[in-house]
Amino acid sequence: MAFALQTEKLCKSFGALTVAEQIDFRLEPGARHALIGPNGAGKTTFVNMLTGAIAPTSGKIFLNDQEVTRTSQAARVRLGLGRTFQITTLFRSLPVLDNVALAVAERRGDAQRMWRPASAHREIIDESLELLATLGLADDAAAAAQDLPYGKQRLVEVAIALGLRPKVLLLDEPAAGVPSADTEKILRHLEKLSAEIAILIIEHDMDLVFRFAQRITVLVQGQVLVEGPPEEIAADKRVRDVYLGEATHA
Amino acid sequence: MSGYSADTRIRWTEWLPWVAAGAFFFLLPEYLSLGARILIFILFALSLDLILGYAGIITLGHSAFFGLGAYTAGIVSTQLAINEPFVQLAAAAAVAALLGVATGAVILRTRALTLLMLTLAITAILLEVANKATWLTGGADGLSGVKVDPILGFFRFDLYGRTAFLYCLIALFLGWWVVRRLIYSPFGAMLTGIRENTTRMHAIGAPVYWRLVLVYTISATMAGIAGALLTQTNQFVGLNVLGLEPSGDILVMLILGGVGRLYGAFIGPVVYLIAQDYLAKQYPEYWYFGIGTLLIAVVLFAPGGILGMVDKLRDKWLSLYKQKSSARASAR
Repeated sequence: MAFALQTEKLCKSFGALTVAEQIDFRLEPGARHALIGPNGAGKTTFVNMLTGAIAPTSGKIFLNDQEVTRTSQAARVRLGLGRTFQITTLFRSLPVLDNVALAVAERRGDAQRMWRPASAHREIIDESLELLATLGLADDAAAAAQDLPYGKQRLVEVAIALGLRPKVLLLDEPAAGVPSADTEKILRHLEKLSAEIAILIIEHDMDLVFRFAQRITVLVQGQVLVEGPPEEIAADKRVRDVYLGEATHA
Repeated sequence: MSGYSADTRIRWTEWLPWVAAGAFFFLLPEYLSLGARILIFILFALSLDLILGYAGIITLGHSAFFGLGAYTAGIVSTQLAINEPFVQLAAAAAVAALLGVATGAVILRTRALTLLMLTLAITAILLEVANKATWLTGGADGLSGVKVDPILGFFRFDLYGRTAFLYCLIALFLGWWVVRRLIYSPFGAMLTGIRENTTRMHAIGAPVYWRLVLVYTISATMAGIAGALLTQTNQFVGLNVLGLEPSGDILVMLILGGVGRLYGAFIGPVVYLIAQDYLAKQYPEYWYFGIGTLLIAVVLFAPGGILGMVDKLRDKWLSLYKQKSSARASAR
C-alpha cells in the first residue's frame, strides 16, 4: 500500500546533538494524524526534514512512494506537499487575496506569465476567492494580511497551503498564539477540509489534538515513543509520564 | 500597487512624464543634450527599480551592464565598423544579457551584504579591464571615433540633439511600457512576493533562484540598452560608465525619486541631473556637496523618496478634504 508520506530510519544530528533518531513514520492517504511531544522533542526538525528545509543526516523520505530525500523544497511542493508555519509566514503588506493568488498561480504554472495583468487573470482570482470563502475569509480578501486579527492570519496561512492543492498537508501548530475562542473556529475549518488530503498536525493544544486526530505519534528526544489511536495514547503510562503528566501538573 | 488586486488602467498622471518630455523638446531646444542624458538615466533607473524595488535585489554594481552596453555599442562601431544604430543596440543588449545571466547565476545564490559586495566586485573588474585594454576601449582616454548612421537611414544625429532626444524618448517609452506590463503581470506579483517573504515563496514551490536570475537578466539587458544609447548620443565612451561611481549615482537617483514605485525612476534622474548641471556650473568644485545634502534631506524627511512624499501629502490633503466635506454635510 502506498503511503502519502513515509520516512525510513530518518536521523539528524547537529554535531554531537542528535535531534532525530531512526524515525520510521507513515502517513496514510487521507489521514488525520497528529505529532506531539514535549518541547525539544525534535518535532520542528522532523517537519523541516519532511519539507526539505533541512537535509537529514541519514535515512529516507518518501512522498507517495517517490523518494524525495534529496529533492528541493520547491519540487516537493510541486509533488503535493503543502505546509503551514508555526510562526505566521505571510506576505504581510499584500492583500489577503494576493497571498493566496501567489500560491494558486504557482501551482497552475502561471507565475511566470509576464504580459497580461495579474488582475486580469480571472481564473486565478476566482479560485483564490473561492478558497477564501470556504475558510470564512471572503470579506477580508482586500485587506492587507497584517491588518487581520491573528486568528484569521492563521487561516490565511492554511488558505495559502490549500491553494497548492496538496495531497499531504503539514500543519505546524495551526492554533499557536490564538485565543481559545478562535481555536475553536480554526478547528471547525480544519475538520471541513477534503478527506482526500492527508493531514499531519503538530500541535501543543491537547484538546485540539484529541478532537482532530485519528492517530497520534508521540516523539520524545528525537525518537518515536509510541504511536496509536487517541484512546490508546491517552491511556499510555509512558506518555502520561513524559508528556501529559507534565501538562496536567503545569 | 501591483498584484492581483491592482487597477491596471493607465491613470492620467502617468501621461505627465510624456507631456513634460514633449514640452521640453519644444520649449528648451538648447538643453536637448541634457534632456537626452536624463532620458537615458531614467531608463537605467527603471532597470534598477525592477530588481531593487520589485524583486528586492540590492546591488552596487548595476553600472556593469550599463557600461558594458556602452562599450559594446562603441566597439561594434570602432572595431567592426558596423554603424547601424539598431545593430549596435541589439549587440549591447545581447552582451549585457549574457553578463547578466552569467554573473546572476553565480551571485544570486547569496543575499544581503555578500550580494552587495559581489555586484560591486563585478563592475570594479570590468572597470579595470576597460582601463587596461587600451587597444579595444581607449583606456583612460576613452573610446572616441564612434560612428552612428542615421536612424532608419534618414534621421541623422544632429548638432542640436533633436534626433538624439527623440530617439532616447522612444526607447524610454518602449522600456517603460515593458516594465509596466511586467510589474502588473503575475510575474511582477511573484517578484513582490520574493521581496516580501522569500521563505514563503519557497514554501509555495517557487523556484526563487531561477526567477531572480531571470529578472536580473531582463534588468541587465535594459541597462545595457541605456548604456548603448549614451554611446550613440555622445559618440564617445569614457571610463566613468563603469565602477562604483555610476552605480552609486543611479542608486541615489532612484532613492531620491522613490524605490519600487515605477515613477520614482522618472523623478530621481530629473532632479539629480538638473541639480548636477546647475550646481556644477555655479560651484564646479563643490557640486557633490549639494547632491549629498539633497540625499540626506530625502532620506531623513522623505524615506519613500520624492514620490513617497508626494503620495503622503496627497493622502493628507484627501483626508482633510473628506473631513471638511463630511463636517459640512453634518452641519447642514
